[in-house]
Amino acid sequence: MVDIVTSHHSPVTSKKEVKISIRNLNIWYQDMQVIKNVNLDVEKNKVTAIIGPSGCGKSTLIKSINRMLDMIPEAEVGGTILLDGQNIYDMDETFLRKRIGMVFQMPNPFPKSIFENIAYGLKIHKMFKSKQDLYFKVEKALKQAALWDEVKDKLDKFALDLSGGQQQRLCIARCIALEPEVVLFDEPCSALDPVATVKIEELIEDLKKNYTIVIVTHNMQQAARISDYTAFLYLGNLVEFGPTQKIFTTPQNKMTEHYLTGKFG
Amino acid sequence: MKRTQKENLIKGFFCLPASLSIFFLLGIVIVLFKEGLPIFKVTSLKEFLFGKFWYPTYEPPEFGILPLILGSFLVTFGALVISVPLGVAGAIYISEVASPKIKESIKPVIELLAGIPSVVYGFFGMVIVAPQVAKIFDLAVGLNAFTASLILGIMAIPTITSISEDAISAVPKKFKEASYALGANKWETILRVILPAAGGGITTAVILGMARVYGETMTVLMVAGGAAVIPRSFFEPVRTMTATIAAEMGEAVAGSTHFYALFAIAIVLFVITLSFNILADILSQRFRKRLG
Repeated sequence: MVDIVTSHHSPVTSKKEVKISIRNLNIWYQDMQVIKNVNLDVEKNKVTAIIGPSGCGKSTLIKSINRMLDMIPEAEVGGTILLDGQNIYDMDETFLRKRIGMVFQMPNPFPKSIFENIAYGLKIHKMFKSKQDLYFKVEKALKQAALWDEVKDKLDKFALDLSGGQQQRLCIARCIALEPEVVLFDEPCSALDPVATVKIEELIEDLKKNYTIVIVTHNMQQAARISDYTAFLYLGNLVEFGPTQKIFTTPQNKMTEHYLTGKFG
Repeated sequence: MKRTQKENLIKGFFCLPASLSIFFLLGIVIVLFKEGLPIFKVTSLKEFLFGKFWYPTYEPPEFGILPLILGSFLVTFGALVISVPLGVAGAIYISEVASPKIKESIKPVIELLAGIPSVVYGFFGMVIVAPQVAKIFDLAVGLNAFTASLILGIMAIPTITSISEDAISAVPKKFKEASYALGANKWETILRVILPAAGGGITTAVILGMARVYGETMTVLMVAGGAAVIPRSFFEPVRTMTATIAAEMGEAVAGSTHFYALFAIAIVLFVITLSFNILADILSQRFRKRLG
């Protein structure tokens, strides 16, 4: 049995603004508990990384934040998740997901044109006044996702013909076109080559000015490079959470240290 | 016996039945053309396809199959108007809305619907549907293009539903997830993501359903009314190409011009059915390519 000293020196002091507050979160898949009493505060306009070995519950945890877990009928959620102090289960899930966007592990553009991929969410939420306005918002999102220069001449081309890295940036553009407050990244680079990965990482750095970011990764170097806070999850327990630098240089918990030094994982 | 010899023997044994179907197809095509082409010694292709009168036993006979072609098309069109919306809606329900339990019980029922012999549909149409149609629309007889479309539409539903359902279920889950994650609800996701993504497969389903209706013989023979006249409305009796062949082949003397004319109708049927199948094949392949 793993002895866990959950250290919540959560960096919640007066001047820091908490965007998402996870309290006593427990998640079961039928009889198996995958998230065990997790408490976590996500600070506004910062990058919070969730690391841990495969099967530790990282993806489940991030999917609970925008209620994508609702799509899995076996999943049962206990505890509360607050977005700006409001319980996410008191909100309409479509509105919640407009406020909390998500980028998935595998790039998943729709089998439509590049333009239509971005326009999709804008149309769903009726977020444009005119055709020009729609075009302008698509352009803005593609620019923010650093994809505009590569695709500006072929917006009507089929999105699935783009490279994997471009597809992932298209998915990011599609997500931020809705001007969400939070963007969740679920291992966004695991299917990409190193060059494409660097581009996505730079983009995430850039995005945190405007968005609160939570990223799941099993790549520790990635977490070290781009995140402000790191949460180490192991077998559904939040083992350690704190400023990234502190976690990586002076981990408080033996488990964290062992994981970071590659003794298991 | 050596191992390679044994293997060759087994290969040959299984190759034979597989190639048999090709021989049969070739044989049918050869016979069709051999028995059908002589009619064009009597009439031109243009007169045959666009002639307005089908009087094969008159003196002199007339072999214009335009009324039959229009009869086939009218009934096929009517059947599609009924079967496409119902069939596709059924497929959406089964793959996206129904609980697994309901899905498990509906699918076999729909497959059963496909297994009912067409003569039973025809009988049902004649005895139950036609009198009701006559009553509701105040007609002397209920055997007409409308009744035929209604019955054929029901017959085409299983084909359209099951193939559309396969296409919809084959849409990768990641597209659905992406849509939900952008805050779309279930219906927006179905209408704007799933149906367009399954479009190629649904088109194939519609074309195969169309081929099913178009080639159907027994039912139309029984309920369409059987008048080889250019139809002016859905409530007039019509005769399709298939029904004409089935009804007249028995009385046509082998080797007569009437006999040749019936085979020539079969050529027309064959060519149109073949193009349906080729079209369905092209569309489904394009669809596969697009989804990568």
